[in-house]
Amino acid sequence: MAQDNSEIRYLTPPTVEIKKKKYCRFKKSRIRYIDYKDPEFLKKFLNEQGKILPRRLTGTSLKFQRKIAVAIKRARHLALLPYVTDMLK
Amino acid sequence: MTRDWKRSSLFLAVTQNLPTFAVDFLLTKYLYMSNQYETVFIATPVLSDSQMKEAVAKFKKIITDSKGEIVYEEDWGLKKLAYPIQKKSTGFYHLIEFRAEPDMIAKLEVEYRRDERILRFLTMKMEKYAVVYAEKKRATKSAEQKQEKE
Repeated sequence: MAQDNSEIRYLTPPTVEIKKKKYCRFKKSRIRYIDYKDPEFLKKFLNEQGKILPRRLTGTSLKFQRKIAVAIKRARHLALLPYVTDMLK
Repeated sequence: MTRDWKRSSLFLAVTQNLPTFAVDFLLTKYLYMSNQYETVFIATPVLSDSQMKEAVAKFKKIITDSKGEIVYEEDWGLKKLAYPIQKKSTGFYHLIEFRAEPDMIAKLEVEYRRDERILRFLTMKMEKYAVVYAEKKRATKSAEQKQEKE
């Protein structure tokens, strides 16, 4: 009983979020060139409306975010990716 | 750089005392400024197979006529477009990789614009890693094809 008093007890135990460290997948897997001809890969960096996801969500480094943006824009020009949609995924 | 730089006094002064093989080496390595480019175009789906082949041959001829050298070409066939272009929802995609002088790109693009069969085109200079990537992709592809044959 003495032990119980010393601890604070919650009715619902507080959820401690374990933050996963984000990483740049290009740096990790040493990809140097992002191909604009591969729309399936580029879709990982788009939301449902076909907008480019921000770096803070994907964890991509600045260098590769720039390259992704260029690749996506090229793919859009060639009608491999849509400019605007709903329910891309 | 002007077009007749080979006859310019500076070039002659630099290369005067060098043996010919050294001049050739320098020319190929540093002065011959050809880049590797990659061009993709979308042709209208109304074309028949032979018409499509003719269009491809036309653009290949434009490249080779202006001293370009075709490295690789790939036909993606009829693909669905992500959004309609000129009220068409499909198109024939064709990719050509080539090495050429930078001043012929404008010529090629003018030809693209003049041609009514072309819906879209994109020409870009391949950076160092892009060339490596393309070669690697081709190598894996040919290896897969070999495996399938066996």
